[in-house]
Amino acid sequence: MLEQILALLPQVIFDGLILGFVYAMVALGYTMVYGVLELINFAHSEIFMIGAVVGVEVFRYLAPHVENGFILLLIALILGGMVAGATAILVERFAYRPLRKRGTTNRLVPLITAIGVSFILQDLVRLIEGLWHNEFFLRMRTVEDLEGSVELFGGAIFAQTKSFILMGVSILMLLGLTYLVNRTKLGVAIRAVAQDLSTASLMGIDPDRIISRTFLIGGSLGGVAGVLFALQYTTITPYVGFLPGLKAFTAAVLGGIGNIPGAMLGGLVLGQLENFFGTYLPILTNGNFGTEYKDVVAFLILILILLLRPQGLLGQVVKEKV
Amino acid sequence: MRKIGLLVAGVAALGMALGQANVIKIATQSPLSGPQAALGEQIKLGAELAVEEAKAKFKALGFDLVLVPYDDQANPDVGVANANRIINDPDILGVVGHLNSGVAIPSSEVYARVNLVMVSPANTNPRVTDRRLPNVNRICGRDDVQGPVGAEYAFNNLKVKNVFIIHDKTAYGQGLAEEFRKRLEALGGRTVAFVGTEETSNFVPIINQIRGARPVPELIYFGGIYSQIGPFVKQLRERGLKTRLMGGDGLDSSEFVRLAGAQNAAGTFYTTVAGPVSAFPKARAVAQRFKQKYGKDMEGFGIYAYDSANVILAALEAAIKANGGKKPTREQVSQEVRKVKLEGLTGTIEFDDKGDNKKAKYFVMQVASTGNWADNKLIRVIEMAAPGSR
Repeated sequence: MLEQILALLPQVIFDGLILGFVYAMVALGYTMVYGVLELINFAHSEIFMIGAVVGVEVFRYLAPHVENGFILLLIALILGGMVAGATAILVERFAYRPLRKRGTTNRLVPLITAIGVSFILQDLVRLIEGLWHNEFFLRMRTVEDLEGSVELFGGAIFAQTKSFILMGVSILMLLGLTYLVNRTKLGVAIRAVAQDLSTASLMGIDPDRIISRTFLIGGSLGGVAGVLFALQYTTITPYVGFLPGLKAFTAAVLGGIGNIPGAMLGGLVLGQLENFFGTYLPILTNGNFGTEYKDVVAFLILILILLLRPQGLLGQVVKEKV
Repeated sequence: MRKIGLLVAGVAALGMALGQANVIKIATQSPLSGPQAALGEQIKLGAELAVEEAKAKFKALGFDLVLVPYDDQANPDVGVANANRIINDPDILGVVGHLNSGVAIPSSEVYARVNLVMVSPANTNPRVTDRRLPNVNRICGRDDVQGPVGAEYAFNNLKVKNVFIIHDKTAYGQGLAEEFRKRLEALGGRTVAFVGTEETSNFVPIINQIRGARPVPELIYFGGIYSQIGPFVKQLRERGLKTRLMGGDGLDSSEFVRLAGAQNAAGTFYTTVAGPVSAFPKARAVAQRFKQKYGKDMEGFGIYAYDSANVILAALEAAIKANGGKKPTREQVSQEVRKVKLEGLTGTIEFDDKGDNKKAKYFVMQVASTGNWADNKLIRVIEMAAPGSR
């Protein structure tokens, strides 16, 4: 048994890393919006899904015209990010802002709105794709350039080109976002709004504009993650955002919600846990518990971690705002 | 006063329209939206074609024949809700459906309350007829034969001993996988692993298990639907695993090739209870009409739905005659269905006391490398009687 586990271990860690980066990219969007508005934007799962759908459509229509697979992917990433970002702005403008303007203080109301928006987006995409192609399962087109693979460490790890792209892009995202939040004027404004919305507006910051930009950034990151998800796992449905979204949200909480490196770390930890138990549960339990219990075990461990460290791995104990 | 008179006349007209004595409706229930719509639509269209073709005959008997399709979304709750609507429409005298055993089992209990007859073109779970409901019939085979047929082919013909079994945790997929396992082990084969999964996109953990499994599996058996198996096969082959693959009739859709990619899907074995057009010489002409009318190829479940509808129509005709030309009751139609002996496209249809077809056909197929579902190779046809209930 041990021999079997060790033989697979490098591969399991590598695959867990890929999955972890997907969760991490989506978690960034959750954590940003939460940091600014203290709103759990459940519609972010669907923003991610829209990115994936745009990715599939771009590949469907442009693959015959664009010869280079990497340029094609770049176009898909840009368009996916733009459409998803625009959707996020619209959602904020028409669903969340009116609530804020009316001074709704109940925290549950925006949360329920978010869940509602998420259903609307799912069925909207389903309707559009149904009318457009009469397809429920959207399949990512295979492009030769992106299909390469290598075996590392004497065959211990099987790695695909697209996995490396996914990792590279998500690391770039984290670095870019950290720079943006800490070093730019927009970043300062975002942090100011996150600190105290009304005081920030007294200092000459237009909070609506900053919130809108936060949604744009979080949404585009989610969209880019969606395109990469579609490339990696190939089959997309209008409901594909739900589970990764929920897990990414968990990852954000695990890392300390509102904390950007925390979201990244939380995603990676969750990806490892899920993939580890997904592969090894049947071996560890001698076939009594199958892969279907992977999420149960992963979430049990998460609960344990949060019991020991409720503020999340990198989160700080929140002090009352003064 | 005049207004009231108009209202009364209107209500009277409405009442007549609702309870028209000379309208007979046949309902279909199958998934028309969502992941399994490709299979469900075949059921609707197959039944629709049969009803269209019988319209003239029933007109002569004095009845307007109408098909009413319902979308069960492959979901038991929706199926039962529709079933309640169906039994409240007194003109509906028969149901063709469902696609999923998990939906058919609870829905048929609703039909049973009013003895509304159901003829299924696709439900393979043994429990569908083993409950011995007088209104439930099927013309297709059963999983407790389909699974063993696959196991025997794998063991005897493919010479496979070690099998990695996956299922989708539904009444259909898990049931089929269990029947496969039982026969395989009885023959002397070995189950390397028996794994359930509801995953739809990321199959990497299972693929890694297959890589690490000892003894090395020579075959993967997947009890499930094409929507899951398609992406699974794509990821499996992308990772360089060439292990042979087998599935049940849930695989029997051209969507499988689209999702897996023609190259990855090629060579996959599957057993099915609804053979392709090429397996039934009599179906060729009907398939042509089907294509003309709907612009789509007729696949297995379309043919079986066509036959299922014809079983109900034959029983209706007999019941109308026995009733002296008047509209029969649901009870009468239900009884007549059990007496039907029909030469359908798929062969002789005749029910035993449980509602199983006395002799159903099982097919072993192999996916062609051309990417065209109609080119799939028919390897073997087995005709077998339904086993007695357990």
